[in-house]
Amino acid sequence: MHVSIQQLNKSFGPVRANQDITIAFAAGQIHGILGENGAGKSTLMKLLSGVYKPDSGQIFINGTAVTLGTPRLAVQIGIGMVGQDPLDVPVFDVLENIACGLQMPNDADIRQQIIHWSTTLGFPLQPDQRMRDLTVGQRQQVEIVRLLIAGSDVLILDEPTTGITAAQVAALFAALKTIVATGKTVLFVTHKLDEIVALCDTVTVLRAGQLVGTQLAMPISKEAMLTAMFGEFLTHPQVPANPISTDAPRWQLHDTLLHDTTFVLGPLNLSLPKGMIIGLAGLEGSGQRVFMHHLAGTAHPDRGHVHFNGQPLMRANPLVAWLPADRLHEGIIGAMSLSEHVLLMRDSLLAPHQTAHAKAAQLIADYAIKATPDMPLQQLSGGNQQRAMLALIPESAQGILLEHPTRGLDTVSAMAIWQRLQVRRDNGATVLFFSADLSEVMQYSDAVLVFFGGQVSRLLARDSLSEEALAALIGGVGFAEVSA
Amino acid sequence: MKTQFVALRTPVIAMGVALAITAVLLLLAGADVFAAFGVLLGGALTTPSRISDMLMLLAPLLLCAVGLTASFAAGQYNLGIEGQMTVGGVAAMWWLRGYQDGSPVILYWIGAVLCGMLMGAVWAMLVALLKRYMHVSEIFAGLGFNFVALGLALYLVFGPWKRPGVASMSGTEPLADALWLPTLTGTRLTLITPILAIVMLAIVWRLIRHTHWGLQVRACGLSALASVRMGVPATRRTFEAMALCGACAGMAGALQVIGVYHSLVPNVASGIGLMGLLVALLVRADVRWVALVALFFAIITSGSIQLPLALSIDSSISGVLQGLIVLAIIVARARRGEEAA
Repeated sequence: MHVSIQQLNKSFGPVRANQDITIAFAAGQIHGILGENGAGKSTLMKLLSGVYKPDSGQIFINGTAVTLGTPRLAVQIGIGMVGQDPLDVPVFDVLENIACGLQMPNDADIRQQIIHWSTTLGFPLQPDQRMRDLTVGQRQQVEIVRLLIAGSDVLILDEPTTGITAAQVAALFAALKTIVATGKTVLFVTHKLDEIVALCDTVTVLRAGQLVGTQLAMPISKEAMLTAMFGEFLTHPQVPANPISTDAPRWQLHDTLLHDTTFVLGPLNLSLPKGMIIGLAGLEGSGQRVFMHHLAGTAHPDRGHVHFNGQPLMRANPLVAWLPADRLHEGIIGAMSLSEHVLLMRDSLLAPHQTAHAKAAQLIADYAIKATPDMPLQQLSGGNQQRAMLALIPESAQGILLEHPTRGLDTVSAMAIWQRLQVRRDNGATVLFFSADLSEVMQYSDAVLVFFGGQVSRLLARDSLSEEALAALIGGVGFAEVSA
Repeated sequence: MKTQFVALRTPVIAMGVALAITAVLLLLAGADVFAAFGVLLGGALTTPSRISDMLMLLAPLLLCAVGLTASFAAGQYNLGIEGQMTVGGVAAMWWLRGYQDGSPVILYWIGAVLCGMLMGAVWAMLVALLKRYMHVSEIFAGLGFNFVALGLALYLVFGPWKRPGVASMSGTEPLADALWLPTLTGTRLTLITPILAIVMLAIVWRLIRHTHWGLQVRACGLSALASVRMGVPATRRTFEAMALCGACAGMAGALQVIGVYHSLVPNVASGIGLMGLLVALLVRADVRWVALVALFFAIITSGSIQLPLALSIDSSISGVLQGLIVLAIIVARARRGEEAA
């Protein structure tokens, strides 16, 4: 099935997630969709699979204009999407999961089709297996089989190799090649360059919601793809970087295996020195958040320990401040004022309200926060909330962990935040941050850790890197040479 | 001023909608709508004995609602309130059974109330423990423990504590007359219960609104993640707020035993805890309104008792009205994009 898109637009408030996208995907091929986080890949795929409705523009299937509207309509027309996280009913078996969305389910018929497709594609699936007993990779296979049985001619896969085993990746790639050989079309969304090279017939690059150039036929060099993804690399006026110190480290990890529900990171061997700003580079979801949770002591390693100031970190440590990206959900309490936050973070049960008020007023002056001490923080702008969170970091903090410290902030606010953090660093605190903005990482870090494929690089001095080299490492090019 | 007006507008509109739907239901039932509302809203206030009956409902209702504002402040939906009230009554009865003629009555009263509070608190902590360490929703755990508490009361009433010879739903052997809380002449009102309810209201208000402890409890309720990040001992505060709620409910149960039933009846909670939940859903953690709303609910519930006699309308219409008010307010809040609680 031939899919083409004309002048497609989609905005979320002021953010233009997709701008004037015009492109065609030929039948019988695997098309790679490449871009960094926030480039608009997922939005485009959701428009194609009916999850979102476009603001303007047209989608044509085999030359006929269609209105997709809902996922159900899209599936009827023949477009099916496998999401990043499998959405299925864990207590159902494979057969029930596949049958529940079909128009006219006939168990015997479906059972036969499951066996047919599993055999054809080399997936080890049994109709009577419970979904909850399957691995993420197997659940993804069920999803592919389900869409094929529902009659999909176009399969969209969004970052399908995250969280599945190497053997399952190989099986997936072989299966996708089998599927397109029957004349179907596959759209394969990824940020991993190797996968594009190994699998795709064409590659389409998105950046900041727009198409970069036109669709390119493979083979294309990785360097060309990187340039398309990140644009021309500019050199930034850089703050002089502190050298990597060899004093007793602030944090130390020795053969430590980190994890969350779906992700394993490591084993890691790292020493993070005192008095440095360390940027965590990598595409979002490469383990930076898991890493920070462990450094904060709010998550515990599967194996080994995280040492902080030479002591194993067993629980949240008051000397480590963690500033999450989701400020109003995890960071501060929106309904409470700065005074109340000051009170909240004190130990004393008898803290007098007057001094908290004065302290809050002092912080407001010091950090140039546009607020009054008694204003609920949810009424503040994002930049002022971020300043408030920074202001609330205790003077005694020796480790500061920040997620997207300047996301959504204007340049002036961002610079003000960085000045405060540099002061903390100069007072001996170790500051770790991750940011989707490579130039921010290059501009403010003393050293960089690169996250890729469940591993972390060794600590790389910022001055040994260029933005271009960093972009390549994030895409996995040359990562093996820097991994610890 | 403007924000205050907006904040008040929503409940007023919601209240109007609830009254209008109730009026339609009354019309459909062929009732005289104005007369019915007259009885509902004013019937409880016509004679001293009716006022005293209303106050006797208000006292335990206020205790439960006050307790629930504490657990709501900590973000917990304490549906186990009925069970906490029941075990409060059981514990009070246990203490009172030790009474012998001539013992100082005051010790038995104080002891019974303290036992009730302690047992209610323990019962609430069980729910909090299950939630924290076994990941059982406090809603289901609370409901489950309600049945356990009822079972315990039934067992005692029909088993070890049954009246000599006859075991009946009407309760255990009545307390010695000396243990009955004194009533205001000519009424069933024991003045001490509404006074205790107001004292608890003042204490909980002070704790939640004006102490560091209350600030931390509210922080846990507003955002557990953020409060843990800032070093608030969230588990402890949640447990303490639940225990405070259980203590209030247990006190209510104990007072029902000493002041109203004068024995342990299986249904000592009699839905008062659930009505307290409705009150708490309306005021959420805002202690300021709890007394007014509880008073309103007590008035229409007491008033409705006269409906069958005066107008041949079933008294359950008061429950319909209360439910509709809560529903209308929750819908209004949801439309404004606030959280349901």
